[in-house]
Amino acid sequence: MNLVLAKTETGKALSDIFAIARNRLPGAGKVAGVRQQAFEAYERAGLPNRRVEEWKYTDLRVLMREVLPLAAAPDAVALKRARVAVQLHAVEDASKLVLVDGVLVPELSDLTKLEAGVSVKTLRATLEDASNDARSDLLLTDTTDAMISLNAALATDGVVIGIADGAALSRPIQIIHVATAPSASAFTRSYLKVGHGARATLVENFVAADGARSHQVNDAVIVWIGDGADLSQVRLMDDGTDAVNITSGIFTVGAKAKLNLFNMFSGGAVGRFQGFVTLNGEGTELSINGVNLLRGKQHGDMTLVVDHAVPNCVSREIFRAVVDDRAHSVFQGRINVRPKAQKTDARMMTRALLLSDEAEADNKPELEIFADDVACGHGATTGALDDSLLFYLRARGLSENEAQALLIQAFVGEAIEQIASDALREQVTATAQRWLEARR
Amino acid sequence: MSLLEVKNLQVRVEEREILHGLTLTVNAGEVHAIMGPNGSGKSTLSHVIAGKPGYEVTGGEILFKGEDLLAMPPDERAAKGVFLAFQYPVEIPGVATMTFLRTALNAQRKARGEGEYSTPDFLKKVREVASSLNIPQDMLRRGVNVGFSGGEKKRNEVLQMALFQPSLCILDEMDSGLDIDALRVAADGVNALRTPERAMVVITHYQRLLDYIVPDIVHVMSKGRVVKSGGKELALELEASGYAQFEDAA
Amino acid sequence: MPAVQETVDRVRRVDVDQYRYGFETLIESDKAPKGLSEDTVRFISAKKSEPAWMLEWRLEAYRRWLTMTEPAWARVEYPKIDYQDLYYYAAPKPKKQVSSLDEIDPEILKTYEKLGIPLREVAMLEGVEPRPGEADTARRKIAVDAVFDSVSVATTFKEELMKAGVIFMPISEAIREHPDLVKQYLGSVVPTSDNFFATLNSAVFSDGSFVYVPPGVRCPMELSTYFRINERNTGQFERTLIIADKGAYVSYLEGCTAPQRDENQLHAAVVELVALDDAEIKYSTVQNWYPGNSEGVGGIYNFVTKRGDCRGDNAKISWTQVETGSAITWKYPSCILRGDNSRGEFYSIAISNGYQQVDSGTKMIHLGRNTTSRIISKGIAAGKSQNTYRGLVTAHRKATGARNFTACDSLLIGDQCGAHTVPYVEAKNSSALFEHEATTSKISEDVLFYCIQRGLSQEEAVGLVVNGFVKDVLQQLPMEFAVEAQKLISISLEGSVG
Repeated sequence: MNLVLAKTETGKALSDIFAIARNRLPGAGKVAGVRQQAFEAYERAGLPNRRVEEWKYTDLRVLMREVLPLAAAPDAVALKRARVAVQLHAVEDASKLVLVDGVLVPELSDLTKLEAGVSVKTLRATLEDASNDARSDLLLTDTTDAMISLNAALATDGVVIGIADGAALSRPIQIIHVATAPSASAFTRSYLKVGHGARATLVENFVAADGARSHQVNDAVIVWIGDGADLSQVRLMDDGTDAVNITSGIFTVGAKAKLNLFNMFSGGAVGRFQGFVTLNGEGTELSINGVNLLRGKQHGDMTLVVDHAVPNCVSREIFRAVVDDRAHSVFQGRINVRPKAQKTDARMMTRALLLSDEAEADNKPELEIFADDVACGHGATTGALDDSLLFYLRARGLSENEAQALLIQAFVGEAIEQIASDALREQVTATAQRWLEARR
Repeated sequence: MSLLEVKNLQVRVEEREILHGLTLTVNAGEVHAIMGPNGSGKSTLSHVIAGKPGYEVTGGEILFKGEDLLAMPPDERAAKGVFLAFQYPVEIPGVATMTFLRTALNAQRKARGEGEYSTPDFLKKVREVASSLNIPQDMLRRGVNVGFSGGEKKRNEVLQMALFQPSLCILDEMDSGLDIDALRVAADGVNALRTPERAMVVITHYQRLLDYIVPDIVHVMSKGRVVKSGGKELALELEASGYAQFEDAA
Repeated sequence: MPAVQETVDRVRRVDVDQYRYGFETLIESDKAPKGLSEDTVRFISAKKSEPAWMLEWRLEAYRRWLTMTEPAWARVEYPKIDYQDLYYYAAPKPKKQVSSLDEIDPEILKTYEKLGIPLREVAMLEGVEPRPGEADTARRKIAVDAVFDSVSVATTFKEELMKAGVIFMPISEAIREHPDLVKQYLGSVVPTSDNFFATLNSAVFSDGSFVYVPPGVRCPMELSTYFRINERNTGQFERTLIIADKGAYVSYLEGCTAPQRDENQLHAAVVELVALDDAEIKYSTVQNWYPGNSEGVGGIYNFVTKRGDCRGDNAKISWTQVETGSAITWKYPSCILRGDNSRGEFYSIAISNGYQQVDSGTKMIHLGRNTTSRIISKGIAAGKSQNTYRGLVTAHRKATGARNFTACDSLLIGDQCGAHTVPYVEAKNSSALFEHEATTSKISEDVLFYCIQRGLSQEEAVGLVVNGFVKDVLQQLPMEFAVEAQKLISISLEGSVG
């Protein structure tokens, strides 16, 4: 009885949030209509819970309980705190695009210093551009995921990035999401179009500035990769310790393209990255890799769906989870091979290292295969550190902690070494290193 | 009637013509060597005779004991006595060599309307042949070619040849991946199978193999044709002067 | 106490009333009326001359079932089953109580002969090589508890088993003769509320086997039951309960064949295994029911709940299955590894051809300390079939030292079929060590050509490769079944290559 009541109240609260926010959300007319539909789609499904197969291990009714009100647009104090956070996380040489509490902040971004071949607009401006008939399409996706629907309904801002055909960028583009407000939520939605034959690196960070507490992030990034294009993407979810971060990536990849995607979740109470990749052109190579570094009561979830829609593509997935204390790591990976997608070569390997007796790791690697001439496989292992290896290292003079750190680093290294850019790989390695040092 | 008659054979692979009118006649009891540089079409010829899918015969014919070989599926060709010793014998995990040998032998016998071997007779026969080839029993229990060395794989091919008693053996690059000792063992096995009824076609890039399996007739292939035929001395000539002289002749 | 007695009396009165008004004449008939109601449940119970507690158990399940919905998570599609359009009980007409095989309808015996089931005691399996470790002289015997439709019609080897103290009888008899054992264990592994199909079975189960092996006894022979679905429109609801007491060992074989049918038939069996301290149960199945015709019409719907409970320390339960039949297979033989050092195994070959749909796998639930499990699953999809492996491996917080190894491989033959793998691997403590691997591939053209070059036909070559692919599992079957299963695999793949 109490449960039902609680649910109703949450539902009511969210309706209120949407009603109050509606006037603040960019885009009128058709855009507002699409938002309304998206909100209704969300309301029908409700907050994802364990009865929804895709969310079986990440029950947001338990982990998140409710959607918090939208954060207010950042004021001068907030921006000052955000600036400090940005400085901490900025990647050298990158063209920064900074979203604070769900709003793009030009004075913290490098909008005027973009490389040739790159165009950036805000989602807000795009949605409000009445001359753009297709503007409401930006809020539509093919997925039926409730959190993506909610994102469409409530997205306040984001960036719309275009990379011209054939442009080979020498500097990474970095989107930094900064939270500054306590007990509030930020809904952002971004677009990236990588033109045919273009080459780019995208870095995304989720961070909390001083003062952010118990905030929620719901981000979606929709990426279109042209024929012969090459995109490397590194996402670092290193949010505030009590943050809930649900982000979705939707990728459509053309022919003879390369997509190298890496996601690491190390900060936040609850984090989920769900990636949906559709390989739509032949001869494409996909590499998706990820790491969860979890301690305390953290809950980290990486869910990937790779859809081989055409023949002759290669996909590789490597995931590593290090789970300490009472943390809970989830990996769900599905490889779809459609009937026409012959000669598909798809592999997925997920491994979890449990460092504590109360840690939990759930792996669900799925294959769904409708073509016969394929080579597909997956592997999953779960276990503790190998005692004989630990002993060997200790016999050579390493302390228990050093030996463990060395082995853990080697363990996550298998995923991290897939990152294409040397500089970013080093940066991620350093982040992992810091996490390990904090363990001692 | 010749055992094998290849007449003006033209073969394409994916729109590209590999053999452009190849003619070859092999009589019972003869050992022919086919030599030629890489890409001359040697292996294509062996595959087409054995009936490997993926080759389009656009002209010519192959007669085996006077019958149209090209009209037969590959298993029927095997039952008729065509044996191809593969350049790279495949590994078949989970299928014990012994099981494989018995299944194949009995299938061939059945196709020829002969009775199946009883288990004891079969075992006796395999053991005899295996010991003559230095093939240990434990190798027969393992999966077909799984974990076999290069030499073991080739000996396994010779074992099958001895067991199936084909009338035409095509040895495709038998020497590839073998050291001299392994080559000698395999060649001795082949030589033991030379009879007045049986013919062999030895395909090789190098003369070396022909020191061990001495041919009656040597053919030189270049660009999809036989460009020169002669006695075993032709192989030595090739060894000395290389294939280049034949490139233009083709 | 008086209240309970009152209830029992009331139920009994109701029972008698039903008897008088509902089924007085029908009790002599061989079929329950079509449809499912409390009356149907009472009818079945009455047919079996069951005690009141059993009827109450069934009715409780039935009432529970009414509140449940059919599960939809499996990757199988079928028209909605009208549960009121089925018969829930059918029996061959027993003219009188039989005491020996000679009294059984010769027609029935003939059918069994056709199926190759050695009903009469014979010197079995002449010429079969004894397995390593077995004395050459040890004649291996199989006791056959033959189930014709729903009623056991004969039991052989009973005496020899009795000498060893092994109870092996139809469960309907066991309910009457060993009520304490049945009461203690029935529903203790698969509770009446477990799932839609198991609950349905609990309400209407017709018959099945009951095995009890007393402490320290090694069952002197393989136990085997052959099922055959024969009556038109008859739901089949077998119920099997096997208990291996401390230190006992039993190997149970189950094999099935069914004649061609036009209409889909529902089959919802429940098998419960209980292994106490140091006990071992080996349960093997060869399932070859009618899979439907080449258009996908007809065939058996097979919704089975099989679960074993390693209730004692060092207990071991091993499931081996060769699934080649049925239009729909929904089956997850599982192990609850409750006792310390207990071990669960699942070896499976699932072959689908034509329009068959298989959704099968296992659950290994690690609860005790130092428990181990092993899963080897081989799925082969051909024709237009869909073949799914669905499995769960989980180690609970206190299941320290849990170990699992899983290998599930799928083979696709042709480009119209689908092979799917849905494993759930859940570790809730750091000392759990789980390894899972899965592959999906086709038969290599090179391997096929190699075999064909050596004189095998295309079909023989496929058969050979497939038998190699499934070898690891076939080896787990008792010898006589392995031979049969190997044949069956080739037969099931007929017409899959062209």
